[in-house]
Amino acid sequence: MDDLDLKLIKLTQDGVDLVPDPFKEIALELAIPETEVIDRIEALVERGAIRRFGASIGHRVLGIVANAMCVWNVPDDRVEEVGAVMAGFGEVSHCYERVRCPEWDYNLYAMIHARTREECERTAHDISRATGISEYMILFSEREFKKTGVRI
Amino acid sequence: MIHELELDDTDRQLVNLIQLDFPLDLHPFQTLGDQIGTSEQEVIDHLRRLTDIGVIRRIGPILNTKGLGGVSTLVAMQVPEDAIDRVASWINGFDEVSHNYLRPGAYNIWFTVSASSKERLHEMVGEIEALGYPFLELPVTRLFKIGVKFEV
Repeated sequence: MDDLDLKLIKLTQDGVDLVPDPFKEIALELAIPETEVIDRIEALVERGAIRRFGASIGHRVLGIVANAMCVWNVPDDRVEEVGAVMAGFGEVSHCYERVRCPEWDYNLYAMIHARTREECERTAHDISRATGISEYMILFSEREFKKTGVRI
Repeated sequence: MIHELELDDTDRQLVNLIQLDFPLDLHPFQTLGDQIGTSEQEVIDHLRRLTDIGVIRRIGPILNTKGLGGVSTLVAMQVPEDAIDRVASWINGFDEVSHNYLRPGAYNIWFTVSASSKERLHEMVGEIEALGYPFLELPVTRLFKIGVKFEV
């Protein structure tokens, strides 16, 4: 990744303009052809610096107001299998294993989004039944202080 | 914050299409119009309205911290009730913080950090530590799922 790539990311990370030729301004700014802007974005996607180029959705506006971080204590030798089952649930948007801490036994995290807290609870219950993991907590978000996504 | 949302077929088609398959070409909205059988102007008008009402946050790159050579982590902090607002806005002051939520429990402030390097993350953790509140640092050790698309 070179300086131009960095500038390109900075110029687009807050969203491209909704105009017929959204890459034109960016190309002018970077003093490269429009086609190179597109080639560079594609290359950044290919190399994994950009996960995807597209729309970010405002869940809350669509009524998806319940956001639960569900934390699970899963035996280390079952993490691979249990993580795969959790990831298979449509209501689970993100699923990670994270390090354990002495004060915090939980090691698997599933983000569940739904219209109501009850739906989130039901999903967590279904996951528990499907995996046999019974030690878990549902931590609903009570306030959103920030949600910008990753920026550079 | 649930609005009375009237999404028409064009809105739904566009939202479902442009999360993963935003066309990377010189006239992407023309291409989208061709794909769903409407005009470029019609596509732009719909996308502008969807952006105004918050259904679309932005159309741009969704960045991958690791792919950019950076490091990320999740921090959980125990903050007394009367300090929550102050500490939350102090945390938000870091550009590297992408998400920040209030959740129930002893660890009540949860935020994600995406730093450009290990050194920068270390420096931030040092500043967080200096606040004096107990906290956990919970980096990802395995990734099972990362939300890519939200069907409307």
